Formats: sequence, structure tokens, C-alpha cells
Amino acid sequence: MNQTASPSLFQFVLYMADNCLVLGHRLGEWCGHGPVLEQDIAMTNISLDLIGQARLYYQYAAELEGKGRTEDDLAYLRSEREYTNALLVELPNGDFAHTIARQFLFDAWHLPFLKTLLASPDQGLRDIAGKAVKEATYHLKWSSEWVLRLGDGTEESQLRMQVALDEAWMYRLELLMPAPFEQRLIDAGVLAGPEEIREEWEQTIADTIREATLTTPDDPAVQTGGKTGVHTEHLGHMLADLQYMQRAYPGLEW
Amino acid sequence: MNQQDLETRFQDKIDREVKIEAKDWMPEAYRKTLIRQISQHAHSEVVGMLPEGNWITRAPSLRRKAALLAKIQDEAGHGLYLYSAAETMGVSRDQLLDELHTGKAKYSSIFNYPALSWSDMGAIGWLVDGAAIMNQVMLQRTSYGPYSRAMIRICKEESFHQRQGYEILLTLVRGSAEQKAMAQDSLNRWWWPSLMMFGPSDAESTHSEQSLKWKVKRKTNDVLRQAFVDATVPQAQYLGLTIPDPDLKWNEETGHWEFGPIDWDEFWNVVKGNGICNRQRLRDRVNAHEEGAWVRDAAVAYAQKKEARKAVVTP
Repeated sequence: MNQTASPSLFQFVLYMADNCLVLGHRLGEWCGHGPVLEQDIAMTNISLDLIGQARLYYQYAAELEGKGRTEDDLAYLRSEREYTNALLVELPNGDFAHTIARQFLFDAWHLPFLKTLLASPDQGLRDIAGKAVKEATYHLKWSSEWVLRLGDGTEESQLRMQVALDEAWMYRLELLMPAPFEQRLIDAGVLAGPEEIREEWEQTIADTIREATLTTPDDPAVQTGGKTGVHTEHLGHMLADLQYMQRAYPGLEW
Repeated sequence: MNQQDLETRFQDKIDREVKIEAKDWMPEAYRKTLIRQISQHAHSEVVGMLPEGNWITRAPSLRRKAALLAKIQDEAGHGLYLYSAAETMGVSRDQLLDELHTGKAKYSSIFNYPALSWSDMGAIGWLVDGAAIMNQVMLQRTSYGPYSRAMIRICKEESFHQRQGYEILLTLVRGSAEQKAMAQDSLNRWWWPSLMMFGPSDAESTHSEQSLKWKVKRKTNDVLRQAFVDATVPQAQYLGLTIPDPDLKWNEETGHWEFGPIDWDEFWNVVKGNGICNRQRLRDRVNAHEEGAWVRDAAVAYAQKKEARKAVVTP
């Protein structure tokens, strides 16, 4: 570990990288199969933004670690138990409503959270957040507009959007529940606590659901585990694809 | 003005290199030819997303993954420009998609070949985009203005794609023996289908003569194919890869590379729908469209509701 860097900061940066890569990868799965060409392009755009952010975080993590690992080593050579993304982002694409529900719940957290990073005493986090916050602003605009269109569109789209929201609902809170590495950084003043964004996050979700004429799910269940490396069954399959080349042909340049 | 005069004036404009614009008079056959060609081109961009899409989730590094996604996204964008160019001729994107989905419209047969390895991402960029560029550079000067302008935008991005593909292969041939074998295997599989992309030889080509007179096309299939071979052979040599053609030889007198006979039976077989991926590609496109119908319907319904509410608020 780089002398001045804390292991918690390294873990946190990896966590952010994994969130972005896993969600970016999922959106990339839509490429060529979107419901209309314009939205195929939009999802690829968001995928590219998130993969770009993931690369910045992985590069920063590699630098903090100081062991000569690269962004690709971190993305391609860690097992599913070592991935610490929140469960929400690894959920399968499902139909377009599921993709939108997952994206919206992520964006509603991501944007205010990035804004708090802009004030972090850590320069590396500030730099990445400075770039990512512009992108996340667009992502939230896109996903919330689609929640409105689908929720307040046709009878079928409303039903599908409601089902998708209900299914994703129990995964949303994990993002706001600090993992041990986050709690240490909160205590050290490197990260803001979840109470700083909770209100804005709740408001965004509630307002959008209301305007979309949807119903707020009343499911009290909360699923967590991603941040400590205990995932859904879906992540392993994703990593089998994602890491295939690096695992099949170790140590080569591509 | 009678039909004869209109046609004479039309041809005269073409001969003087004046672009034909959407509102100009044009012979019905010219309009039909352009709609057929532009829509085929648009469909090719969109179906062409699929073989490369097969490797997005498995790209071997983050940099390659992002570059591949960006490339395929460009193709979607090209599809959009081209559908818009076709729409200037009074046909809707829905109509054109319907023709694709029912098998009435064609797309480039090259996309009915499977993308089986990472090095195919290199070969597709280098050879398939390379062959497409030969055609597209010519089409920048095509007589129909909207098509010509779409091509000018597209060509800029395509030449970047070709370099990107070539660079993938360059990395492989500088790598392990396994990687080099992978690159050679890709060239073996993609070489002949790439030569077929230029279409039947001039003697067999049904649309060529009239298209040349109208300057829709400005060079014949065989001329473009030869230019592609001449440009590509030295690039293969630089990679240290062998082009799978025992008859390939340099002709000092003509200054061209001579190449062996193309298997036109294979070409027609794939055009007629019997390639290994024809059914799969079409099914993927039809599924995406059908499964997206409720999304498109929702967007329309929402926009109408919003409009209606606005009308109530501001009478």
C-alpha cells in the first residue's frame, strides 16, 4: 500500500470502480438490441461514461495500492467474492423497464453522492467526481424521464414499470448503508455520511414515482452483501464473460 | 415540361455535377434506386452492430471494451443518418424497417459471417470497414445530395474504425504464437467474404450501368475491389500475415495485385439467406424491434398526454 493511503480508501475506490464497471457492462449488453436506435445509442453512451469512470477509479486504486497492478488486473483478475459493487447494479437487464428501474435507483443515489465527493479532502476523489458528476447529471435526467414515460405511458408500460420498480426496490438501500471501509472514511472525514444525501435521494425517488403515476413499493425487505463480496448468482456469470480472455490467455497484451 | 424534357434536364444536371436535392424532380427509377441503396446501407450499419456486439462483454481490456462500444455506437449513428437520408425521399423509417424484418430488403452479406474470436474484431475493422470505406469514399461524390453529405460524415469515422481494427491485429502479431495464429485465422476467414462485399463482377452486376450513368455509383464493383486488394496486400505483409490466396501475385506491368477466382456460389448462397448467421441476425433485429414495441408505444402515449395537458393549461 502506498504509504500515505489508507486501506479503506483503496477499498472504497475499488467499490466505486466495481459499481461503475458492472453497471456499464450491463448497459453494454443492450448494444444492438435496444428498443429503438436512439435509445440503443443512449444506453451505449451511459455505458461508455460508466466504463470511463470505472477506469479512472481502477487507475487511482492501482496507484493507491502501489503494487504495480493495473486497471485491467483489478477489473479482470479479481474473483466475484473480491468484487464489492452494490447488488443493485449487477441485476440482469430484464426488459427495458427493469433496466430503467435499476438505472434510476442507481442514478438517484449516484448524483448526490458524487456531489459530496466534490468536497472530499482527498484530491483523487475530487478529480474523478468532478468529471463524473456532469455525466451522472445526464444519466439521472435520462433514467428519470424514462420512468415518467413508462409509468405514465400506456397501461402495459405502467404495469411493466411498476413490476420492475417493485423488484429492484429492496436493493436500493445498500447504496446508503456504509460498509466498514466507508464508515472508517466517514469517521476520518474523507467521505460524507449517508444522512447528507438521504433527503435529496428520497425526494428524487418519491417525486419521480408520483409524477410517473406509479406506486411507491411498500416492501420493507432490504438486500445487502455486495459491498462485502457476497453477491447474487448473476455476478459470477457476468464475470465469466467479462474476464474470459484474461483468464483463458493469462498475461498477454491485447 | 414533358417527361422527356424533365429527364434530359435531370441528366444534364448530373453531367454537370450538380447535386440532386430532395425537392428536385427526379425519375421514379432514380428515386427507387436511391431508396433501395440507402436503406440497404442503413440496414447494414444496424445489422453490422451484431457481430461486433458479440464481443462487447468479452473484450480483453477496459480500453478495448470502451473502444469497441464506441465503434458500434458510431454504426448506430450512421444507421440514423442514413435512415434520415432515405426519409428525404418520402419513405419512413418504419416502412424501411418493415422491409428489413420481412426479408424484402437486403443488408451487406458480410454480417452473416460469425465473429468467433477477439481477433475478428481486428479483422472486421481492418477488412470489412476497409472494404466499406472504398465504397463510401466514392459515395461522398454520389449525385444525391443528402446521401453524399451523410457519407462525408460517415467516412471520417470509418477510417478511424479501420485504423482501430488494424491496431488490434498489430498488437496480436507482436504478441504470443497463439495470438498470431488467432490473427491469421481471422484473416483466413474474413478475406474472401470481404472481397465479395463489392458485389458481383461488372459483367454480372444488374444495377451497375444505370447507377454509373446517374452517378449514384462512380466506380464499378471490380475497380473498387481491385483498389481494395492493392491497398490491403501491403498491410497484410506488414502484419506478417498470409493472405489465403495461392494465386495472389504482383503484376509489374499493370501495377496491380492479381488475385484468384472468387467463389460466387458461396456469395449467392449467403445473399439468398443460407449463410450461417442470416437467420440469427434477422431474428435478433426482429426480436429487438418487437420487444421494443411497448417502449415506443409508451413514449408516444406519454408525449400525447403531455401535449394534451399543456393544451389545457394554456388555452
